[in-house]
Amino acid sequence: MHPALLGLVTVAIGVGGCIGYFYGANLFLDKVLLPAKGPNAGRNINRANQIRPWLFLFPALLALGLYLAYPVFATLRLSLLERLPGNQYAFVGLDNYTQMFAEPKFWEAMKNNVMWLIVVPAASTGFGLLAAQLTDRLRWGSIAKSIIFMPMAISLVGAAVIFKLVYEARPEDVAQIGVLNHLYLNYFGGLEPQQWLTNPFWNNFFLMIVLVWIQTGFAMVILSAALRGIPEETVEAAIIDGANPLQIFFKIKIPQIMSTIVVVWTTITIATLKVFDIVFAMTNGQWETQVLANYMYDKLFRANDWGVGSAAAMIIMLMVTPILWWNVQNARKEMR
Amino acid sequence: MENMAGQKPAVVIALNLSVVLLVLLWIFPTLGLFVSSFRTGDQITTSGWWAALFPAEQTLQVRAQDPDDFRVDAGNGVFVVEGNVFVEGLGDPLPIDSWGTSSRAIDAYQVGETADLGDGETMTLAEDGSYIWQGDDDQISGRAQRMFINATVPPDFTLDNYKFVLFNPENAEGMAKAFFNTLTVVIPATIIPILIAAFAAYALAWMDFPGRALLIAAVVGLLVVPLQLALIPLLSFHNYIGIGKGYLGVWLAHTGFGLPLAIYLLRNYMVGLPKDIIENAKVDGATDFQIFTKIILPLSFPALASFAIFQFLWTWNDLLVALVFLIDSSGQTTVMTKQLVELLGTRGGDWEILATSAFVSIAVPLVVFFSMQRYLVRGLLAGSVK
Repeated sequence: MHPALLGLVTVAIGVGGCIGYFYGANLFLDKVLLPAKGPNAGRNINRANQIRPWLFLFPALLALGLYLAYPVFATLRLSLLERLPGNQYAFVGLDNYTQMFAEPKFWEAMKNNVMWLIVVPAASTGFGLLAAQLTDRLRWGSIAKSIIFMPMAISLVGAAVIFKLVYEARPEDVAQIGVLNHLYLNYFGGLEPQQWLTNPFWNNFFLMIVLVWIQTGFAMVILSAALRGIPEETVEAAIIDGANPLQIFFKIKIPQIMSTIVVVWTTITIATLKVFDIVFAMTNGQWETQVLANYMYDKLFRANDWGVGSAAAMIIMLMVTPILWWNVQNARKEMR
Repeated sequence: MENMAGQKPAVVIALNLSVVLLVLLWIFPTLGLFVSSFRTGDQITTSGWWAALFPAEQTLQVRAQDPDDFRVDAGNGVFVVEGNVFVEGLGDPLPIDSWGTSSRAIDAYQVGETADLGDGETMTLAEDGSYIWQGDDDQISGRAQRMFINATVPPDFTLDNYKFVLFNPENAEGMAKAFFNTLTVVIPATIIPILIAAFAAYALAWMDFPGRALLIAAVVGLLVVPLQLALIPLLSFHNYIGIGKGYLGVWLAHTGFGLPLAIYLLRNYMVGLPKDIIENAKVDGATDFQIFTKIILPLSFPALASFAIFQFLWTWNDLLVALVFLIDSSGQTTVMTKQLVELLGTRGGDWEILATSAFVSIAVPLVVFFSMQRYLVRGLLAGSVK
């Protein structure tokens, strides 16, 4: 069957199945299992109302449990096992971890990931705040925001292609078609074209720029809303007291939107921690640009080493855990 | 705000300029790809894309027609070759600024001037590109005379790249198939989680049952679980139950990975709906099912739209989930992101193909983005600020 047709059939079956399940299960509960009539009508209604939430939740809980909760434990288990020929497994304790810690490539990935975690959230939040504040009172501010926000819609792979063109380097004697080398040679006194993506250490930053370019729009949108939510009286009072615009921004506005800045920062941190597509498409971890997610992919699907690959995945999980905990605490506080 | 007393014009100008700079910085990379996708491979490699937007002074090289075939005996031992440089090879007429006959002096003559090539041999080039090359039997023979023509070339764009990438059946690396594969992945992977999440969100927002707070906290926790952890366990699971790699697997995976955000967004929205409506409906005898389908769903349309856009963008732009759960060794089910990565490897220098393919893949999300931006912003705000 043609995949597009298969897709349509799936949509029909999936949607029909979902509606059928919810409608049918609901009907079954009310009419067959616990009918609201007869001698036990009252008790039946109460019981039905106790069961109904679980009917509504069941498909979601099944999918969440199977696709997100179970894999955490399964990966933990795999990271302690070694795969033997013939689909057998042997328990090896922490051997996968010690093997991984002995690999220089892993430490390269860790070092780079930490650099990404420092640079990308800070730069994205900073640029986002700048863009939010600058565009706030411009007449064409919303158009400017749209354009800065636009990379959000572009895939990381698409962004990788876009920036490969920006970073393109060609031999010295022909015309440069990458903007960066063109600017470097003509306006910044560069002597020869640079291979921006293959010069170790700094090439990491040229990869980070891609993610900053994408995430800044997100930070801007949220911080812009937060800035607008600041009570005007606080700003007016500061003006009357003779504060200059910089003081107003840093001493009045920033403290009031601090909690939003933290949320933006952590959200971008999580996205950065999982960065994969950019490195995969632009350098594939060569020239000392390896990151954890790509290291893990290499181990799982190129080296077929599930043990070390799962151990690397657990490291990513471990780095997310504090944020996870903090989010859950906040959500619980709010519900009270 | 702080500028109620009026701003100094200098400050306003500086503000506008800095935003212009920021916007240019942000749009420049994408614009480069967009412009490049309308240029031929030759154009891309000979000049930067930013030069393509403006008319450019270019030196074009051309030879007169072959004297052995085209020379005309004008009598008295004089032979003439006449022709027009634009008709013969340069294409549409261009305004000629200057011309020359030697690479050492390519701008020696103005239009209408006659170049003296020595020993009575002459070349005359008129404004419309017609030339007269004349000399004796010996001079007007062998290889034809070269001319260097400096002309202002207007911007020149072509749709051929798109024809090649999308509609050429012989192009094995074309994007048409991958485009439909991506579409096949995206539509079910967007619609199904919405339905499942909507019911769950209603239960978590408006139904009372033990363990509700715990479940909400669990959803918030699952929001940040990296999907990297799910790759091997779920692939094994899919193999175990016989789905293997394929569309069904990728639909299920996207549904699972999208659910926490869907439930979270929808619950937050539904909880904010006016309590009176729901209580009145209950008093009037409506069941939970009726309340959900007749009241909550229609009222929640903005939140549903927000999530639909998120999920659409995320599944359309996804690479990792497709790599792991969908694309098998046959390559028949490749999606656009994977195709682009392949092209980066095999056609790394062919920017006309790369740029066009990339633009094909980002065009649809951009259209969705610009037409539904309002809902996207609303969803972002609901998802992260409270």
